[in-house]
Amino acid sequence: MRDELIRPLRGVVAAVVLAGLVVAPWTVDDYTAAILARTLALGLVGVSVALLTGVAGMPTLGQTAPYAAGAYACAVVGGSVSDVGVVQLAVAAAAGAALAALTVPLVVSARGVVVLMITLAIGELVVTVLGRWRSFTGGTDGLAGIAPVRPFWGLPVLAGDRARYVYTLVVVAVVVGALLLVLRTRVGLVLRAGRDDEARLRASGHRVAGQLAGVHIAAGAIAGAAGSLLVVAQQYISPADFSFDTSALLLLGVVIGGTASVGGALVGATLVIASRDWLFGILPGQAPLVLGALFVATVYLLPGGGRRRPRLRGRPQPGRPGPGPALRTGPDPAARTEVRT
Amino acid sequence: MTPLLAARAITVRYGSLAALDGVDLRIDHGQRHALIGPNGAGKTTLLNVIAGATRPGGGRVWLAGREVTRRGPAARARRGIGRIHQRPAVWSTLSVTENVQVAALPQALRPGRWRPGAARSAARRTADTLLDRVGLTDLAGRPAGELAHGQRRQLEIAMALAGRPRLLLLDEPAAGLSATEVGRLVDFLRELPRAVAVLLVEHRLDLVYALCDTVTVLRDGRTLAAGTPDEIRGSELVRRAYAEGVT
Repeated sequence: MRDELIRPLRGVVAAVVLAGLVVAPWTVDDYTAAILARTLALGLVGVSVALLTGVAGMPTLGQTAPYAAGAYACAVVGGSVSDVGVVQLAVAAAAGAALAALTVPLVVSARGVVVLMITLAIGELVVTVLGRWRSFTGGTDGLAGIAPVRPFWGLPVLAGDRARYVYTLVVVAVVVGALLLVLRTRVGLVLRAGRDDEARLRASGHRVAGQLAGVHIAAGAIAGAAGSLLVVAQQYISPADFSFDTSALLLLGVVIGGTASVGGALVGATLVIASRDWLFGILPGQAPLVLGALFVATVYLLPGGGRRRPRLRGRPQPGRPGPGPALRTGPDPAARTEVRT
Repeated sequence: MTPLLAARAITVRYGSLAALDGVDLRIDHGQRHALIGPNGAGKTTLLNVIAGATRPGGGRVWLAGREVTRRGPAARARRGIGRIHQRPAVWSTLSVTENVQVAALPQALRPGRWRPGAARSAARRTADTLLDRVGLTDLAGRPAGELAHGQRRQLEIAMALAGRPRLLLLDEPAAGLSATEVGRLVDFLRELPRAVAVLLVEHRLDLVYALCDTVTVLRDGRTLAAGTPDEIRGSELVRRAYAEGVT
């Protein structure tokens, strides 16, 4: 019954948000367009969080790390190599993917809450490095005055906030569309199977560690690309853009949107970030309190974000088929054989 | 002739408890072999060692002449070991046909199938064939989590066969099935191609004697007896072990 009510509601909210995003450049002022562009960039990081948490079953609090790597790589490239958007996007995605690849050995072998702690630590470590590596990152002052971008060779530079917003929206749409297409292939099928029961997937001959490494790197690339969009939208970055607050807000947005839904995560993250910026204006100093209350209410009322709660990968147990049959609603007649050797 | 599976001096200890203590096992190509014994004898542990889910403290395992002792379950599955668990292990949120497709993918991802979607199409064809064989075609689109226990068992058999196993490990496949379902299971296992060897762990001796050519009896982690069903049936040692240990 609750699902029947929530599903159309989610559809309506998603449709309204998407329609609003499309018509925004013609209906809002420059300042709001700039805020929306930045929000969309964060929404794309939310998509990478949903890919890891909801689709692959690996919860994460560390996607701000590849997000930061992408942003700083884009800022450096934009300042000295190329002002072409697709080049910066590719470099940022590669930087995010490279950082994710570096952390694969730490993340892929762990499961559950341990992954959360490891990814949180990685995120905090990256922020600390960014704050101390002054010669490259500008330290806690950040990098300012980053040159505006031109989307493609031969096209004009994106001088206004609205133009930058449209660029951001197009990139987000293309990335999310491509991701949704990939998830409809066997890749998505295998990831969902692994989230359900990893041990069974192994017993079927799948290289689970390789698949998890692949999805972790892909999520890093998406977050890195989002970092490039942040640079385009703000033309300024500092370690504060990638703090734990941002990770927590993203997770809140993804939980609200539904971790197993890429589109829902984008909408949820966008709504939460937009709400924060709006609340900062009308309730100075109280925004974190309101968002915290919203988080508690969401987790209590919508534990799956309006969708069925996604499974998270459990630590593999030798000889045990994993949590697959746990969804059973009735007594399991074979359960009595479970403890035999 | 090189056996399909050879396990020598397999030892598994949990603290001071020896779940397996120097067990040997040999299965030839196409052979139907049963592992029986009282509860706690080490049957499932031995199955776990063969499948790669448990690493033995001692001993070695060969599959078709190649040592696989240090290989994990995925590598062994790709080399031809299929498994059916005590509790049917299916991917609950995937549909019935998707379950078989995922199980078929490692075999479908062969060199030469680089066209996008080719592996998925091959897996889909395998799934259609196998679901028809196990009688689940009508439920192909249903989430596997909604299936009854017996249907899950049928699905898991289809998933195991999707990996084109040379050796099928069956861990109490009749557990929790009705008499009709057990009859269907026996018929199905009898019709398996002779190229597929079977290692069956089962408490129901009628099933063991009906399906298997050879039997190994384990007790307290050691081999108590091995032989043909007739030899095992006539063994006083085995009768006594069962009288003392089976629940």
